[in-house]
Amino acid sequence: MADSAEIDIDYVAKLARIELTPDEKEKFSRQLGQILGYFRKLSEIDVSGVEPSAHAHAVYNVWRDDVEGEPMSVEDALMNAPAKRDNQIVVPKVVDDA
Amino acid sequence: MSEEVFYKSISELEKMLDSRQISAVELAKAFIDRKNAVDSKVGAFISSNEGELLESARKSDERRAAGGKLSELDGIPVGLKDLLAVRGQKLTCASRMLENYVSPYTGTAMKKLENAGALFWGRLNMDEFAMGSSCENSALQTTRNPWDLSRIPGGSSGGSAAAVSAGECAASLGSDTGGSIRQPASLCGVVGVKPTYGLVSRFGLAAFASSLDQIGPFARSVRDAAVVLKHIAGYDRLDSTSANVPVDDYPARLSPDAFAGKKAGVPKEYFSSGMDPEVRVIVEKAVEKCGELGAEIVEVSLPHTDLAIPVYYIIATAEASSNLARYDGIRYTHRSSKAGDVVDVYFKSRAEGFGEEVKRRIILGSYVLSSGYYDAYYLRAQKVRTLIRRDFENAFESVDVILAPTSPTTAFKAGEKSSDPLSMYLSDIFTINVNLAGLPGLSLPCGFASDGMPVGLQMIGKTFDESNLLSYAYAYEQACGWNRCNPKL
Repeated sequence: MADSAEIDIDYVAKLARIELTPDEKEKFSRQLGQILGYFRKLSEIDVSGVEPSAHAHAVYNVWRDDVEGEPMSVEDALMNAPAKRDNQIVVPKVVDDA
Repeated sequence: MSEEVFYKSISELEKMLDSRQISAVELAKAFIDRKNAVDSKVGAFISSNEGELLESARKSDERRAAGGKLSELDGIPVGLKDLLAVRGQKLTCASRMLENYVSPYTGTAMKKLENAGALFWGRLNMDEFAMGSSCENSALQTTRNPWDLSRIPGGSSGGSAAAVSAGECAASLGSDTGGSIRQPASLCGVVGVKPTYGLVSRFGLAAFASSLDQIGPFARSVRDAAVVLKHIAGYDRLDSTSANVPVDDYPARLSPDAFAGKKAGVPKEYFSSGMDPEVRVIVEKAVEKCGELGAEIVEVSLPHTDLAIPVYYIIATAEASSNLARYDGIRYTHRSSKAGDVVDVYFKSRAEGFGEEVKRRIILGSYVLSSGYYDAYYLRAQKVRTLIRRDFENAFESVDVILAPTSPTTAFKAGEKSSDPLSMYLSDIFTINVNLAGLPGLSLPCGFASDGMPVGLQMIGKTFDESNLLSYAYAYEQACGWNRCNPKL
C-alpha cells in the first residue's frame, strides 16, 4: 500500500473537483499520509477467498409495478437552482464558439 | 421526577394532553420558552419556526377535542437533524453549500411522523454533512454539551442530542453512519437508537455513506424512543435498500423482565486499552446490573474489531466522495461567482461551499477509489467488512445481545481534538462496527463520571431484533433510572 509520499494531491483534488489552496494541499497531504499509514494494518489481513460486502444485508432486484404517479413539478424541481430562466437551469457556456 | 414540563417523557406528556391538563399549544409554548431561555448557551438549533409550531399545535388540539387523536405522538414537538427533508423547510446539512436550500418534498420518516401528529420543532445542528464526532465541523454554528458548556455534545447528530438533553424538544431524529446517534446520546445523557440497516427509509435523508446511513430517534427514555421508532420504521419503495419486514409494536413489547433467561455477551476487545478507566468501571457496573436483572453474562470475541476504523473510513469516504458529487454548483447549491467556465463552477463552488473535514473526506474517498488503489483499499476494506460481519454472526450464535461502552471517554473539551482528524476518528471505535455489520444498536445513560459527565451503555442486537433490544434497554432503565437525571441550565 501507498505511504504519504505517494499521494499526488493535485491529481486527487482534480478527481474530486475541488480547488485547494496551497495551505490546504500541504495540510491534507500530511494528514492523509498519516491516516493512510494507519490504514496499512488492513494489508496484514488474509482476505483470500473472502467475498466483499457492499451492504450489510444485500437486497437484489427490487421491482415495482409500472404505475403512473404524480411527479415533482418543474417549479419545485428548480426552486433551489442558483440561476434559472424559462424552466431551465442557466449555466456558463459549455461549448466554445467555433 | 422533574416537575418542569419540558423534562417530561412523551408518555407523561401524552397523559397530560389526553386529560386536558395541558393543551398542545401550551406545550408548544413551553418548548419555545425553554429554547429561548437556553439555546443561546446550548446552540442546538440552526433554525426554528415558532409560528409553524403553534399553528400545528392548534390543529393537534382541534383533533383531540374532536376525539381524533392520530397517535401517542399527536401534539408532541420533535426536532430534526438539519439533513432531513420536510417540504418548505430549510435543509442545510450545516454547510455553506446548502445554506439557502429549501426542501421541495418531505422524506418518508418525516411524513410518517407528520401522519402520527408529531409537531416539527427546529432544525438541529450537526457536523457538516454528518462528518464528525463533536459537532465542531458545523459551518453554521457551535453546539455545546448541556451538562458542561465547555464541552462538545458529540456528533455528528450533536444538536439532536443536546436539544433533547436540554429539554428544548421532547424527542428528535438524527442519523447514524458510524455512531452519529449513539455517541452524542451517550455524551449528552439521553437515549439514542440506530436501527437495523433497512428498517427506516432513507428517502429524504441527505446521503453521506449510503450503505451505512440510518435515521433513528433520540429521546428521554427507552419507551419514548420505542414510540418514535415504531412510527418511522417500515418498508418504503422509495428507498431501494428498504427492508420488507414487519414492524413490531415496540412500546407494547417492553418488559422489565426482558433479561430473564437471556445471554448477554461482552466483547473482550472492547474493554482493552484506550478506554478511560472511569468509563470502563461505570460500564462494567452496568453490565453487572444486567446480570442481576437475569442475564447470563458471557465473554465473546469480535477479533476484527481493531480493523473497523480503517474499513469504515475507507468505505464511508469512498461512498461520500460519490454521494457528494451531486453538490456541483449547478442545480441546487451554492454557485461560485468567481467561476469562468462550467468545469470551473465545480472546482470553485466546491472549494467555497465545503468545509475542511468534508474536503478531506472527499479527497480521501477519491483517492481510495482511484485507479491503482481501488483493490488495495476499497475492495480490501469491503472484504474485511465481511469478516467484521461474520464476527457478529458468530457471537450472536451464542448470545442474545451484546453489551459494550458507547464511547471510550465522556464528552471532551471543545477544541481538544479538532486539529487532529485521526484522533477524532479513533473516538468512534465502539460504534462503527455496528454500522458495518448493519445491526441495531442503542445507547442509554448508565451513570456519571467524577467530572459530572454522563456515560452511555451500548446495547447491540441481532438483525431486525429491535423489539428485544429495546426491551433489554428498558429493563436496565427501569432498574437504574439514570435517564431521569437532567442537566442544570
